Amino acid sequence: MSERTITLDVTRYRPHQEAVPTVQSYAIPFPDDWVVLDALNHIKDQVDGSLSYRWSCRMGVCGSCGMMVNGEPKLSCAVFLRDYFPRAIRVEPLSNFPVIRDLVIDMSGFLDKLKSVKPWIIREQEKPLSEGEYLQSPRELDAYQHFSQCINCMLCYAACPVFGLDSGFVGPAAIALGYRYNLDSRDHGTAERREVLGDHEGIWQCTFVGECSVVCPKHVDPAAAIQRVKVDTAKDWILSLVMPWGQR
Amino acid sequence: MSHEISEHDVIVIGAGGAGLRAAIAAAELSPKLSIAVVSKVYPMRSHTVSAEGGAAAVTREYDNLDAHARDTIFGADFLADQDAVEAFVAEAPHELIQLEHWGCPWSRDADGRISVRSFGGMSVKRTLFAADKTGFHMLHALFQTSLKYDHIVRYDECFVTSLLVEDGRARGITNVNLYTGEVMVLAANAIVLCTGGGGRVFPFTTNAAIKTGDGMALAYRAGVPLKDMEFVQYHPTGLPGTGILITEASRSEGGWLKNKDGHRYLQDYGLGPPTDTPTQRKMELGPRDILSRCHMQEYQKGHTFEGPHGHYVHLDLRHLGQELIDRKLPFVRELVRNYVGIDPVYEPIPVRPVVHYMMGGVHTDMDGKTPLEGLYAAGETACVSINGANRLGSNSLTECLVFGARAGRNAAEYASGMGTPTSNPLAALARDEQHRLDSQFFKKEGGSERIAAIRTEMQHAMEEGAGIYRDASSMGATCEKLRELRERFSRIRLEDSSEVFNTERISALELDFMLDVADTIANGALLRKESRGSHTRTDFPSRDDENFLKHTLAYRTDEGPRLDYAPVKITRWQPEERKY
Repeated sequence: MSERTITLDVTRYRPHQEAVPTVQSYAIPFPDDWVVLDALNHIKDQVDGSLSYRWSCRMGVCGSCGMMVNGEPKLSCAVFLRDYFPRAIRVEPLSNFPVIRDLVIDMSGFLDKLKSVKPWIIREQEKPLSEGEYLQSPRELDAYQHFSQCINCMLCYAACPVFGLDSGFVGPAAIALGYRYNLDSRDHGTAERREVLGDHEGIWQCTFVGECSVVCPKHVDPAAAIQRVKVDTAKDWILSLVMPWGQR
Repeated sequence: MSHEISEHDVIVIGAGGAGLRAAIAAAELSPKLSIAVVSKVYPMRSHTVSAEGGAAAVTREYDNLDAHARDTIFGADFLADQDAVEAFVAEAPHELIQLEHWGCPWSRDADGRISVRSFGGMSVKRTLFAADKTGFHMLHALFQTSLKYDHIVRYDECFVTSLLVEDGRARGITNVNLYTGEVMVLAANAIVLCTGGGGRVFPFTTNAAIKTGDGMALAYRAGVPLKDMEFVQYHPTGLPGTGILITEASRSEGGWLKNKDGHRYLQDYGLGPPTDTPTQRKMELGPRDILSRCHMQEYQKGHTFEGPHGHYVHLDLRHLGQELIDRKLPFVRELVRNYVGIDPVYEPIPVRPVVHYMMGGVHTDMDGKTPLEGLYAAGETACVSINGANRLGSNSLTECLVFGARAGRNAAEYASGMGTPTSNPLAALARDEQHRLDSQFFKKEGGSERIAAIRTEMQHAMEEGAGIYRDASSMGATCEKLRELRERFSRIRLEDSSEVFNTERISALELDFMLDVADTIANGALLRKESRGSHTRTDFPSRDDENFLKHTLAYRTDEGPRLDYAPVKITRWQPEERKY
């Protein structure tokens, strides 16, 4: 396989060594089937063992290796060097997050947000396991299935202009996951999730731009979830005016 | 330097399918217990996420527990412990229904029941699935469910470096917090190892980068034997180059394996006759060990294609049609389009055998208990053993649930009977471990060996000596090479002295573990002078029940593994010739 050489301009930041991030350039010889992650692994293994980044499955499902590649949030295991050649590639940590080191962002806030939307089945009454599964038709599965495909890769947060201004915004992935449970025929937790999904001003600042859905590598379409939460919340509000006694 | 010690009742190491199931089981036993979950990655990054095809359990009226047990034992080439298999198949349906109640988006039949599909070596359709992302959905359902238990305390991105053993009991762990570089100490009355397998000791594997056998090495160093480590499963259908898994479900949905002449070659190896729609246990639905050997024989006969990443055959899905592929195998289509650049709806997929799963692991009993008091293990890390010499596809996700729950429950019960964990004796042990880490890794100066070089040489030595076909001379050379690499490892050079998110240190610690794990595989293989399941020796081509119907136990010594053996438990299925 023929090899060409491409330049990677990689953001470096070691908090105890540098006051501000710097850029380091690496010339990487690459075969045609290499992704950006292969180039980073080549640097780490052969050139500079101090470069830090997250990765694991290298097949686009574990969600570890999100980075800005030429300014766009991407899974670095899923973008090919050949598609950027002969231009240099700029590799930076995901936008909108604090940077811990090099390409590693601090995503601990997302874990708290995820928990806040109660992403688990809430039942009024549990059926004993001995009575078997809850029946769910293929159509009922379809209602929420694509919102369940989120790999928590954080690309949508890196693309979200609202999250960029307000890190308190629950954000696209967590809203989509909370909404996924609302849509699940086995779940009765919509009322419990209403407050966190609909209450924050973030969703009202979210326009129809839908950058989150554009960058999503799994076609989850979190923007659709946010718009639907807006509609549901507005409906609830109107109902609460019309029938103040009937709403939970 | 003294360490702050955090006390919990139970520590679970690893947050994949087995670890999260164990943590939830422990949490459900009592709200008073404090359960720590320590993982080197965020839970949803765990390798369970990559599992595709499904999870087996008897859920249909046409099926029965004995049939699942028999298929499993037969697939294991009779090296499985039959009492463990019987417990496994009996609890499997309950565990999968439990996961359904926790929200797993299983694929459904028109009547709303969970769908089942065929799988290799299984005599009926009994594999539940969520399209071809079963592991992904199981992991996220478990993780999201685990969030509702406030007494599950997570330590994300913390790498465990040792088990602290005092008076013959596992009492705690040391771990490096990646964010700060600090060594932290956790104390508990019970510890559950759920760190998965170690496919990364080989060069070409479906396994994610994190699969470095950490839990196996931790137990081994604490004096616990590793069982049946020589049994390494090659999956017949990985993508050349990357090793990305193309699920067995693509064959259970009707995919065909063809050699370069377009011939469905499996019929030439006793797996026929070929049928247009899949027949259980035949042809493409044969077990993985046999299919991988068939591939190698086709290669030796010159019947395979040759590409930039070596020999391969074709997995042909074209006759299944786009509708079925999109509904049942969407991830396969996505992976092949992204990583091969072709569309399996219109072109056959290049595939070759790839290291996938370790049947061996930490020696446990049916309750997940290891011989070290207070230490438990479950999932691929453990060897109960239900998988024997060859695991059947779709038994491993179920194994994570059944034995994760058992280990978690038993660990929690044991811990609740022990009173408050005492951290006093741990301080001295932690100081010793800090000293080891500083002198060998963190404050090490000089050195000339690159981590990646030693890792790559280890991986190639393993493929040479412990691959699909093995013999005494190649295995002996591998054992010798591993000794050389262990010696060279003491001279590694570390370029990164930063405390914050220092992944080079983690790579070095992982390689340290992998060298131990590789040693037990190669030495176990060398001394097992027979062929059984995945372990195929050209110099001992037959199964030898008289001498080797027994488990290998590898104990750590400074001179390398000391091997011992333990009997296999036979209940109702007497060993017979394994023929499909």
